[in-house]
Amino acid sequence: MREINVAEITENIKEMCIEANHILTQDMDLAMKTAVDAEKAPLGRQILCQLQDNLKIAKEDMIPICQDTGMAVVFMEIGQDVHFTGGILEDAVNEGVRKGYVEGYLRKSVVKDPIIRENTKDNTPAIIHYEIVPGDKVKITVAPKGFGSENMSRVFMLKPADGIDGVKDAILTAVKEAGPNACPPMVIGVGIGGTFEKCALMAKKALTRPVNERSQIPYIKELEEEMLEKINKTGIGPGGLGGTTTALAVNINTYPTHIAGLPVGINICCHVNRHAVRVV
Amino acid sequence: MERHINAPMNIEESKTLRAGDYVYITGTIYTARDAAHKRMYESLEKGEALPLEIKQNIIYYMGPSPAREGRPIGSAGPTTASRMDKYTPALLDLGLIGMIGKGKRSEAVKEAIVRNGAVYFAAVGGAGALLSKAIKSSEVIAYDDLGTEAIRRLEVDNFPVIVVIDSEGNNLYETAIADYLDYNEKAIDK
Repeated sequence: MREINVAEITENIKEMCIEANHILTQDMDLAMKTAVDAEKAPLGRQILCQLQDNLKIAKEDMIPICQDTGMAVVFMEIGQDVHFTGGILEDAVNEGVRKGYVEGYLRKSVVKDPIIRENTKDNTPAIIHYEIVPGDKVKITVAPKGFGSENMSRVFMLKPADGIDGVKDAILTAVKEAGPNACPPMVIGVGIGGTFEKCALMAKKALTRPVNERSQIPYIKELEEEMLEKINKTGIGPGGLGGTTTALAVNINTYPTHIAGLPVGINICCHVNRHAVRVV
Repeated sequence: MERHINAPMNIEESKTLRAGDYVYITGTIYTARDAAHKRMYESLEKGEALPLEIKQNIIYYMGPSPAREGRPIGSAGPTTASRMDKYTPALLDLGLIGMIGKGKRSEAVKEAIVRNGAVYFAAVGGAGALLSKAIKSSEVIAYDDLGTEAIRRLEVDNFPVIVVIDSEGNNLYETAIADYLDYNEKAIDK
Protein backbone atom coordinates (compact mmCIF):
# COMPACT_ATOMS: atom_id res chain seq x y z
CA MET A 1 0.00 0.00 0.00
CA ARG A 2 1.34 3.43 -0.97
CA GLU A 3 -0.08 6.61 0.51
CA ILE A 4 -0.49 9.70 -1.65
CA ASN A 5 -1.65 12.99 -0.18
CA VAL A 6 -4.32 14.48 -2.40
CA ALA A 7 -2.58 17.88 -2.17
CA GLU A 8 0.00 16.39 -4.55
CA ILE A 9 -2.77 15.60 -7.05
CA THR A 10 -4.10 19.18 -6.80
CA GLU A 11 -0.70 20.73 -7.46
CA ASN A 12 -0.01 18.49 -10.46
CA ILE A 13 -3.41 19.12 -12.03
CA LYS A 14 -3.04 22.87 -11.59
CA GLU A 15 0.30 22.83 -13.45
CA MET A 16 -1.00 20.45 -16.12
CA CYS A 17 -4.00 22.69 -16.92
CA ILE A 18 -1.66 25.61 -17.51
CA GLU A 19 0.93 23.56 -19.43
CA ALA A 20 -1.61 21.90 -21.75
CA ASN A 21 -3.16 25.24 -22.69
CA HIS A 22 0.14 26.85 -23.70
CA ILE A 23 2.33 24.09 -25.13
CA LEU A 24 1.34 21.24 -27.44
CA THR A 25 2.75 17.77 -26.88
CA GLN A 26 5.81 16.93 -29.02
CA ASP A 27 3.88 14.62 -31.37
CA MET A 28 1.22 17.30 -32.06
CA ASP A 29 3.86 19.99 -32.46
CA LEU A 30 5.71 17.87 -35.02
CA ALA A 31 2.50 17.02 -36.90
CA MET A 32 1.62 20.72 -37.17
CA LYS A 33 5.12 21.53 -38.52
CA THR A 34 5.04 18.67 -41.03
CA ALA A 35 1.61 19.79 -42.27
CA VAL A 36 2.99 23.12 -43.54
CA ASP A 37 5.13 21.45 -46.21
CA ALA A 38 2.56 18.79 -47.08
CA GLU A 39 -0.30 21.23 -47.72
CA LYS A 40 -1.05 21.88 -51.41
CA ALA A 41 -3.34 24.94 -51.17
CA PRO A 42 -1.59 28.34 -50.93
CA LEU A 43 -4.22 29.73 -48.51
CA GLY A 44 -4.08 26.48 -46.55
CA ARG A 45 -0.30 26.84 -46.22
CA GLN A 46 -0.70 30.45 -45.12
CA ILE A 47 -3.13 29.39 -42.39
CA LEU A 48 -0.82 26.59 -41.22
CA CYS A 49 2.05 29.11 -41.06
CA GLN A 50 -0.13 31.41 -38.96
CA LEU A 51 -0.79 28.49 -36.65
CA GLN A 52 2.98 27.99 -36.34
CA ASP A 53 3.32 31.66 -35.33
CA ASN A 54 0.42 31.19 -32.94
CA LEU A 55 2.12 28.26 -31.19
CA LYS A 56 5.35 30.22 -30.86
CA ILE A 57 3.60 33.28 -29.36
CA ALA A 58 1.57 31.08 -27.00
CA LYS A 59 4.70 29.44 -25.60
CA GLU A 60 6.93 32.53 -25.42
CA ASP A 61 4.38 35.07 -24.17
CA MET A 62 2.27 32.63 -22.15
CA ILE A 63 -0.95 33.43 -23.98
CA PRO A 64 -3.24 30.38 -24.30
CA ILE A 65 -2.98 28.74 -27.75
CA CYS A 66 -6.76 29.16 -28.10
CA GLN A 67 -9.09 31.41 -26.10
CA ASP A 68 -11.36 28.40 -25.57
CA THR A 69 -9.23 26.82 -22.88
CA GLY A 70 -11.80 24.09 -22.69
CA MET A 71 -13.66 22.06 -20.16
CA ALA A 72 -11.06 20.11 -18.17
CA VAL A 73 -11.32 16.40 -18.93
CA VAL A 74 -9.22 14.43 -16.45
CA PHE A 75 -8.36 10.74 -16.77
CA MET A 76 -7.22 9.21 -13.47
CA GLU A 77 -5.66 5.76 -13.81
CA ILE A 78 -5.27 4.75 -10.18
CA GLY A 79 -3.13 1.85 -9.09
CA GLN A 80 -5.12 -0.43 -6.80
CA ASP A 81 -2.36 -0.34 -4.19
CA VAL A 82 -2.72 3.41 -3.71
CA HIS A 83 -4.40 4.92 -0.67
CA PHE A 84 -5.29 8.61 -0.84
CA THR A 85 -4.94 10.73 2.30
CA GLY A 86 -5.54 14.34 3.25
CA GLY A 87 -8.99 14.80 1.76
CA ILE A 88 -11.44 13.72 -0.92
CA LEU A 89 -9.87 12.87 -4.28
CA GLU A 90 -12.63 14.41 -6.38
CA ASP A 91 -12.37 17.69 -4.47
CA ALA A 92 -8.60 17.65 -4.95
CA VAL A 93 -8.95 17.23 -8.72
CA ASN A 94 -11.45 20.10 -8.92
CA GLU A 95 -9.24 22.27 -6.71
CA GLY A 96 -6.38 21.69 -9.16
CA VAL A 97 -8.59 22.75 -12.05
CA ARG A 98 -9.80 25.81 -10.10
CA LYS A 99 -6.23 26.90 -9.31
CA GLY A 100 -4.99 26.22 -12.81
CA TYR A 101 -7.74 28.22 -14.51
CA VAL A 102 -7.81 31.11 -12.01
CA GLU A 103 -4.06 31.52 -11.45
CA GLY A 104 -3.13 30.60 -15.02
CA TYR A 105 -5.26 33.27 -16.75
CA LEU A 106 -7.31 30.59 -18.50
CA ARG A 107 -10.87 31.21 -19.64
CA LYS A 108 -13.72 30.09 -17.41
CA SER A 109 -16.10 28.38 -19.80
CA VAL A 110 -18.24 26.18 -17.55
CA VAL A 111 -21.87 26.88 -16.64
CA LYS A 112 -23.43 25.39 -13.52
CA ASP A 113 -26.65 24.19 -15.14
CA PRO A 114 -27.08 23.31 -18.83
CA ILE A 115 -30.37 25.24 -19.10
CA ILE A 116 -30.00 28.06 -16.57
CA ARG A 117 -26.39 28.63 -17.73
CA GLU A 118 -24.75 30.59 -14.93
CA ASN A 119 -20.93 30.59 -15.18
CA THR A 120 -19.19 28.85 -12.25
CA LYS A 121 -16.35 31.39 -12.67
CA ASP A 122 -13.55 28.89 -11.95
CA ASN A 123 -14.04 26.35 -14.75
CA THR A 124 -15.10 23.60 -12.33
CA PRO A 125 -16.31 20.97 -12.20
CA ALA A 126 -13.95 18.87 -14.28
CA ILE A 127 -15.11 15.82 -16.21
CA ILE A 128 -13.31 13.03 -14.36
CA HIS A 129 -12.89 9.45 -15.61
CA TYR A 130 -11.51 7.01 -13.03
CA GLU A 131 -9.93 3.68 -13.87
CA ILE A 132 -8.51 1.22 -11.36
CA VAL A 133 -5.33 -0.41 -12.69
CA PRO A 134 -2.62 -2.68 -11.20
CA GLY A 135 0.25 -1.07 -9.29
CA ASP A 136 0.88 1.74 -6.82
CA LYS A 137 1.09 4.74 -9.16
CA VAL A 138 -1.43 7.27 -10.43
CA LYS A 139 -1.35 8.27 -14.08
CA ILE A 140 -3.05 11.62 -14.64
CA THR A 141 -4.03 12.89 -18.08
CA VAL A 142 -5.44 16.41 -18.26
CA ALA A 143 -7.08 17.05 -21.64
CA PRO A 144 -8.83 20.44 -21.84
CA LYS A 145 -11.48 20.14 -24.56
CA GLY A 146 -12.75 23.06 -26.63
CA PHE A 147 -16.37 22.98 -27.73
CA GLY A 148 -16.07 24.18 -31.34
CA SER A 149 -15.01 20.64 -32.17
CA GLU A 150 -16.78 18.90 -29.29
CA ASN A 151 -20.12 20.13 -30.69
CA MET A 152 -19.39 18.35 -33.99
CA SER A 153 -18.78 14.94 -32.36
CA ARG A 154 -21.20 12.07 -32.92
CA VAL A 155 -22.34 8.68 -31.69
CA PHE A 156 -23.76 6.24 -34.25
CA MET A 157 -25.52 3.06 -33.11
CA LEU A 158 -24.87 1.03 -36.27
CA LYS A 159 -26.18 -2.45 -37.03
CA PRO A 160 -23.76 -5.42 -37.21
CA ALA A 161 -24.66 -5.73 -40.92
CA ASP A 162 -23.34 -2.21 -41.53
CA GLY A 163 -19.86 -3.60 -40.86
CA ILE A 164 -16.63 -1.78 -41.56
CA ASP A 165 -18.14 0.15 -44.49
CA GLY A 166 -20.75 1.56 -42.12
CA VAL A 167 -17.98 2.65 -39.76
CA LYS A 168 -16.13 4.38 -42.61
CA ASP A 169 -19.31 6.21 -43.70
CA ALA A 170 -19.98 7.31 -40.12
CA ILE A 171 -16.48 8.79 -39.74
CA LEU A 172 -16.66 10.63 -43.08
CA THR A 173 -20.17 11.91 -42.32
CA ALA A 174 -19.05 13.37 -38.99
CA VAL A 175 -15.96 15.00 -40.52
CA LYS A 176 -17.84 16.50 -43.48
CA GLU A 177 -20.55 17.90 -41.21
CA ALA A 178 -17.90 19.35 -38.91
CA GLY A 179 -16.05 21.07 -41.76
CA PRO A 180 -14.83 24.57 -40.82
CA ASN A 181 -16.70 24.56 -37.48
CA ALA A 182 -14.23 22.16 -35.86
CA CYS A 183 -11.12 24.24 -36.64
CA PRO A 184 -9.32 21.89 -39.03
CA PRO A 185 -6.77 20.37 -39.29
CA MET A 186 -8.57 18.08 -36.89
CA VAL A 187 -7.61 15.01 -34.92
CA ILE A 188 -10.28 12.30 -35.03
CA GLY A 189 -10.77 10.03 -32.03
CA VAL A 190 -12.92 6.97 -32.74
CA GLY A 191 -14.31 4.28 -30.43
CA ILE A 192 -15.78 1.19 -32.06
CA GLY A 193 -17.72 -1.37 -30.01
CA GLY A 194 -18.71 -1.52 -26.34
CA THR A 195 -21.95 0.21 -25.44
CA PHE A 196 -23.44 3.66 -26.07
CA GLU A 197 -21.26 5.38 -23.43
CA LYS A 198 -18.21 3.12 -23.86
CA CYS A 199 -17.71 4.04 -27.53
CA ALA A 200 -17.84 7.76 -26.70
CA LEU A 201 -15.34 7.36 -23.87
CA MET A 202 -13.00 5.32 -26.09
CA ALA A 203 -13.20 8.05 -28.73
CA LYS A 204 -12.28 10.69 -26.16
CA LYS A 205 -9.39 8.64 -24.87
CA ALA A 206 -8.17 7.93 -28.41
CA LEU A 207 -7.50 11.68 -28.75
CA THR A 208 -4.85 11.41 -26.03
CA ARG A 209 -2.85 8.79 -27.93
CA PRO A 210 0.17 10.34 -29.74
CA VAL A 211 -0.84 11.23 -33.30
CA ASN A 212 2.20 9.42 -34.72
CA GLU A 213 1.36 6.14 -32.97
CA ARG A 214 -0.90 3.68 -34.82
CA SER A 215 -3.15 0.95 -33.44
CA GLN A 216 -1.55 -2.38 -32.52
CA ILE A 217 -4.38 -4.24 -34.27
CA PRO A 218 -3.34 -4.69 -37.92
CA TYR A 219 -6.76 -4.10 -39.53
CA ILE A 220 -7.44 -1.09 -37.29
CA LYS A 221 -4.04 0.39 -38.18
CA GLU A 222 -5.02 0.04 -41.85
CA LEU A 223 -8.41 1.62 -41.14
CA GLU A 224 -6.73 4.58 -39.40
CA GLU A 225 -4.45 5.14 -42.38
CA GLU A 226 -7.22 4.70 -44.97
CA MET A 227 -9.57 7.10 -43.15
CA LEU A 228 -6.86 9.76 -42.79
CA GLU A 229 -6.28 9.60 -46.54
CA LYS A 230 -10.01 9.77 -47.31
CA ILE A 231 -10.54 12.69 -44.90
CA ASN A 232 -7.68 14.60 -46.51
CA LYS A 233 -9.38 14.20 -49.88
CA THR A 234 -12.59 15.92 -48.74
CA GLY A 235 -11.05 19.27 -49.71
CA ILE A 236 -12.00 20.90 -46.38
CA GLY A 237 -8.42 21.89 -45.58
CA PRO A 238 -6.93 24.20 -42.91
CA GLY A 239 -9.58 26.49 -41.44
CA GLY A 240 -12.11 24.82 -43.76
CA LEU A 241 -10.94 27.18 -46.51
CA GLY A 242 -9.87 24.45 -48.90
CA GLY A 243 -6.83 22.22 -48.97
CA THR A 244 -5.32 18.80 -48.49
CA THR A 245 -4.71 18.88 -44.71
CA THR A 246 -8.10 18.30 -43.10
CA ALA A 247 -6.93 15.91 -40.38
CA LEU A 248 -3.57 15.17 -38.76
CA ALA A 249 -4.50 11.70 -37.49
CA VAL A 250 -7.31 9.21 -36.99
CA ASN A 251 -6.89 7.32 -33.70
CA ILE A 252 -9.22 4.35 -33.27
CA ASN A 253 -9.84 2.23 -30.16
CA THR A 254 -12.01 -0.88 -30.06
CA TYR A 255 -13.75 -3.02 -27.45
CA PRO A 256 -15.93 -6.15 -27.46
CA THR A 257 -19.62 -5.46 -28.07
CA HIS A 258 -23.06 -7.11 -28.05
CA ILE A 259 -24.23 -9.56 -30.76
CA ALA A 260 -26.91 -7.03 -31.76
CA GLY A 261 -24.81 -3.87 -31.97
CA LEU A 262 -22.01 -1.86 -33.55
CA PRO A 263 -21.65 1.40 -31.62
CA VAL A 264 -19.30 4.01 -33.12
CA GLY A 265 -18.27 7.14 -31.24
CA ILE A 266 -16.47 9.90 -33.11
CA ASN A 267 -14.88 12.60 -30.99
CA ILE A 268 -13.58 15.42 -33.14
CA CYS A 269 -10.78 17.63 -31.90
CA CYS A 270 -9.37 20.80 -33.43
CA HIS A 271 -5.66 21.28 -34.17
CA VAL A 272 -5.25 22.38 -30.54
CA ASN A 273 -5.43 18.76 -29.38
CA ARG A 274 -4.25 19.41 -25.84
CA HIS A 275 -3.19 17.06 -23.13
CA ALA A 276 -0.60 16.77 -20.40
CA VAL A 277 0.34 13.42 -18.86
CA ARG A 278 2.09 12.77 -15.55
CA VAL A 279 2.66 9.74 -13.37
CA VAL A 280 2.57 10.39 -9.63
CA MET B 1 -7.04 39.97 -53.27
CA GLU B 2 -5.47 41.72 -50.27
CA ARG B 3 -7.49 44.60 -48.80
CA HIS B 4 -7.18 47.06 -45.91
CA ILE B 5 -10.42 48.42 -44.45
CA ASN B 6 -11.46 50.62 -41.56
CA ALA B 7 -14.16 49.78 -39.03
CA PRO B 8 -16.91 50.94 -38.73
CA MET B 9 -17.51 50.42 -42.45
CA ASN B 10 -20.20 51.72 -44.80
CA ILE B 11 -22.26 49.62 -47.19
CA GLU B 12 -20.48 50.93 -50.29
CA GLU B 13 -17.17 49.60 -48.99
CA SER B 14 -18.72 46.34 -47.80
CA LYS B 15 -20.13 45.69 -51.27
CA THR B 16 -16.63 45.88 -52.81
CA LEU B 17 -15.43 42.91 -50.73
CA ARG B 18 -15.41 39.49 -52.41
CA ALA B 19 -15.36 35.96 -51.00
CA GLY B 20 -11.71 34.92 -50.80
CA ASP B 21 -10.33 38.44 -50.18
CA TYR B 22 -7.71 38.58 -47.44
CA VAL B 23 -8.66 41.64 -45.37
CA TYR B 24 -6.87 43.60 -42.64
CA ILE B 25 -9.28 45.52 -40.38
CA THR B 26 -8.22 48.63 -38.47
CA GLY B 27 -10.48 50.61 -36.14
CA THR B 28 -13.24 49.80 -33.67
CA ILE B 29 -15.12 46.49 -33.54
CA TYR B 30 -17.31 44.88 -30.85
CA THR B 31 -17.35 41.40 -29.33
CA ALA B 32 -20.54 39.46 -28.66
CA ARG B 33 -21.15 35.73 -28.47
CA ASP B 34 -23.93 33.38 -27.35
CA ALA B 35 -25.19 34.95 -24.11
CA ALA B 36 -24.81 38.58 -25.31
CA HIS B 37 -26.72 37.77 -28.51
CA LYS B 38 -29.53 36.17 -26.53
CA ARG B 39 -29.76 39.22 -24.31
CA MET B 40 -29.69 41.68 -27.23
CA TYR B 41 -32.37 39.69 -29.01
CA GLU B 42 -34.58 39.74 -25.91
CA SER B 43 -34.07 43.53 -25.65
CA LEU B 44 -35.17 43.95 -29.26
CA GLU B 45 -38.27 41.83 -28.66
CA LYS B 46 -39.19 44.08 -25.73
CA GLY B 47 -38.56 47.19 -27.81
CA GLU B 48 -35.59 48.25 -25.66
CA ALA B 49 -32.42 49.97 -26.88
CA LEU B 50 -29.28 47.91 -27.55
CA PRO B 51 -26.08 48.66 -25.62
CA LEU B 52 -24.14 49.42 -28.80
CA GLU B 53 -24.75 51.14 -32.13
CA ILE B 54 -25.35 48.32 -34.60
CA LYS B 55 -25.35 50.35 -37.82
CA GLN B 56 -22.09 50.10 -39.83
CA ASN B 57 -20.41 48.13 -37.07
CA ILE B 58 -18.64 44.79 -37.11
CA ILE B 59 -19.29 42.17 -34.42
CA TYR B 60 -16.54 39.70 -33.54
CA TYR B 61 -17.84 36.39 -32.15
CA MET B 62 -15.23 36.04 -29.45
CA GLY B 63 -14.89 35.51 -25.71
CA PRO B 64 -11.27 36.14 -24.63
CA SER B 65 -9.21 34.46 -21.96
CA PRO B 66 -8.23 36.86 -19.12
CA ALA B 67 -5.47 39.40 -19.83
CA ARG B 68 -2.19 39.12 -17.97
CA GLU B 69 -0.90 42.32 -16.31
CA GLY B 70 0.07 45.00 -18.80
CA ARG B 71 -1.71 43.38 -21.74
CA PRO B 72 -4.95 44.56 -23.35
CA ILE B 73 -6.46 41.09 -23.70
CA GLY B 74 -5.73 37.38 -23.39
CA SER B 75 -6.09 34.79 -26.16
CA ALA B 76 -8.70 36.12 -28.59
CA GLY B 77 -9.68 33.88 -31.51
CA PRO B 78 -13.09 33.40 -33.15
CA THR B 79 -15.85 31.11 -31.92
CA THR B 80 -18.28 29.11 -34.09
CA ALA B 81 -20.64 31.56 -35.81
CA SER B 82 -23.59 29.22 -36.44
CA ARG B 83 -24.65 29.42 -32.79
CA MET B 84 -25.48 33.10 -33.42
CA ASP B 85 -27.52 32.32 -36.57
CA LYS B 86 -30.86 32.49 -34.77
CA TYR B 87 -30.23 36.10 -33.71
CA THR B 88 -28.21 37.39 -36.68
CA PRO B 89 -30.79 38.31 -39.37
CA ALA B 90 -32.47 40.79 -36.95
CA LEU B 91 -29.13 42.51 -36.32
CA LEU B 92 -28.26 42.62 -40.03
CA ASP B 93 -31.65 44.22 -40.74
CA LEU B 94 -30.72 46.91 -38.19
CA GLY B 95 -27.60 47.74 -40.19
CA LEU B 96 -24.91 45.40 -38.83
CA ILE B 97 -22.31 45.51 -41.61
CA GLY B 98 -19.97 42.67 -40.74
CA MET B 99 -19.37 39.64 -38.58
CA ILE B 100 -16.13 37.85 -37.74
CA GLY B 101 -16.30 34.22 -36.69
CA LYS B 102 -15.56 30.76 -37.99
CA GLY B 103 -17.66 28.05 -39.54
CA LYS B 104 -20.80 27.71 -41.61
CA ARG B 105 -23.84 30.06 -41.57
CA SER B 106 -27.50 29.28 -42.15
CA GLU B 107 -29.36 30.06 -45.36
CA ALA B 108 -31.36 32.73 -43.46
CA VAL B 109 -28.14 34.49 -42.44
CA LYS B 110 -26.80 34.33 -46.00
CA GLU B 111 -30.02 35.87 -47.31
CA ALA B 112 -29.85 38.64 -44.70
CA ILE B 113 -26.21 39.33 -45.65
CA VAL B 114 -27.22 39.74 -49.30
CA ARG B 115 -30.34 41.78 -48.44
CA ASN B 116 -28.29 44.24 -46.40
CA GLY B 117 -25.05 44.37 -48.35
CA ALA B 118 -23.11 42.99 -45.40
CA VAL B 119 -20.18 40.57 -45.15
CA TYR B 120 -19.15 37.51 -43.09
CA PHE B 121 -15.45 37.19 -42.34
CA ALA B 122 -13.57 34.20 -40.90
CA ALA B 123 -10.59 34.61 -38.63
CA VAL B 124 -8.33 31.58 -38.21
CA GLY B 125 -9.87 29.35 -35.55
CA GLY B 126 -7.49 28.34 -32.80
CA ALA B 127 -5.05 31.18 -33.45
CA GLY B 128 -6.07 33.16 -30.37
CA ALA B 129 -2.55 34.03 -29.22
CA LEU B 130 -1.56 35.39 -32.67
CA LEU B 131 -4.84 37.30 -33.17
CA SER B 132 -4.52 38.92 -29.73
CA LYS B 133 -1.47 40.79 -31.03
CA ALA B 134 -3.69 42.80 -33.44
CA ILE B 135 -5.91 43.99 -30.57
CA LYS B 136 -4.62 47.23 -29.07
CA SER B 137 -7.27 47.86 -26.42
CA SER B 138 -10.33 46.19 -24.96
CA GLU B 139 -13.06 47.65 -22.79
CA VAL B 140 -16.24 46.01 -21.47
CA ILE B 141 -19.16 48.24 -22.47
CA ALA B 142 -22.14 46.05 -21.50
CA TYR B 143 -23.26 42.86 -19.76
CA ASP B 144 -20.22 42.79 -17.45
CA ASP B 145 -21.90 40.03 -15.43
CA LEU B 146 -21.46 37.66 -18.40
CA GLY B 147 -17.69 37.49 -17.81
CA THR B 148 -15.94 36.37 -20.99
CA GLU B 149 -19.27 36.73 -22.83
CA ALA B 150 -19.65 40.47 -22.03
CA ILE B 151 -19.77 42.96 -24.90
CA ARG B 152 -16.35 44.54 -25.44
CA ARG B 153 -15.22 47.43 -27.59
CA LEU B 154 -11.93 46.53 -29.27
CA GLU B 155 -9.47 48.78 -31.04
CA VAL B 156 -7.78 46.65 -33.68
CA ASP B 157 -4.80 47.29 -35.93
CA ASN B 158 -4.58 45.24 -39.12
CA PHE B 159 -6.67 42.42 -37.73
CA PRO B 160 -6.40 39.59 -40.32
CA VAL B 161 -9.59 37.99 -41.68
CA ILE B 162 -10.82 36.30 -44.86
CA VAL B 163 -14.12 37.10 -46.60
CA VAL B 164 -16.22 33.91 -46.54
CA ILE B 165 -19.70 35.18 -47.52
CA ASP B 166 -19.87 38.41 -49.54
CA SER B 167 -22.78 40.76 -50.30
CA GLU B 168 -23.60 38.76 -53.45
CA GLY B 169 -23.94 35.54 -51.48
CA ASN B 170 -20.73 33.90 -52.69
CA ASN B 171 -19.51 31.39 -50.10
CA LEU B 172 -15.79 30.59 -49.91
CA TYR B 173 -16.36 27.51 -47.74
CA GLU B 174 -18.28 25.92 -50.62
CA THR B 175 -16.08 27.00 -53.53
CA ALA B 176 -12.68 26.43 -51.88
CA ILE B 177 -13.58 22.94 -50.69
CA ALA B 178 -14.72 21.98 -54.21
CA ASP B 179 -11.32 23.11 -55.53
CA TYR B 180 -9.46 20.56 -53.40
CA LEU B 181 -11.97 17.70 -53.40
CA ASP B 182 -10.14 14.52 -54.48
CA TYR B 183 -7.09 16.68 -55.14
CA ASN B 184 -4.70 13.85 -55.98
CA GLU B 185 -6.89 12.30 -58.65
CA LYS B 186 -7.36 15.67 -60.29
CA ALA B 187 -3.62 16.24 -60.29
CA ILE B 188 -3.10 12.88 -62.03
CA ASP B 189 -5.78 13.70 -64.65
CA LYS B 190 -4.02 16.93 -65.49
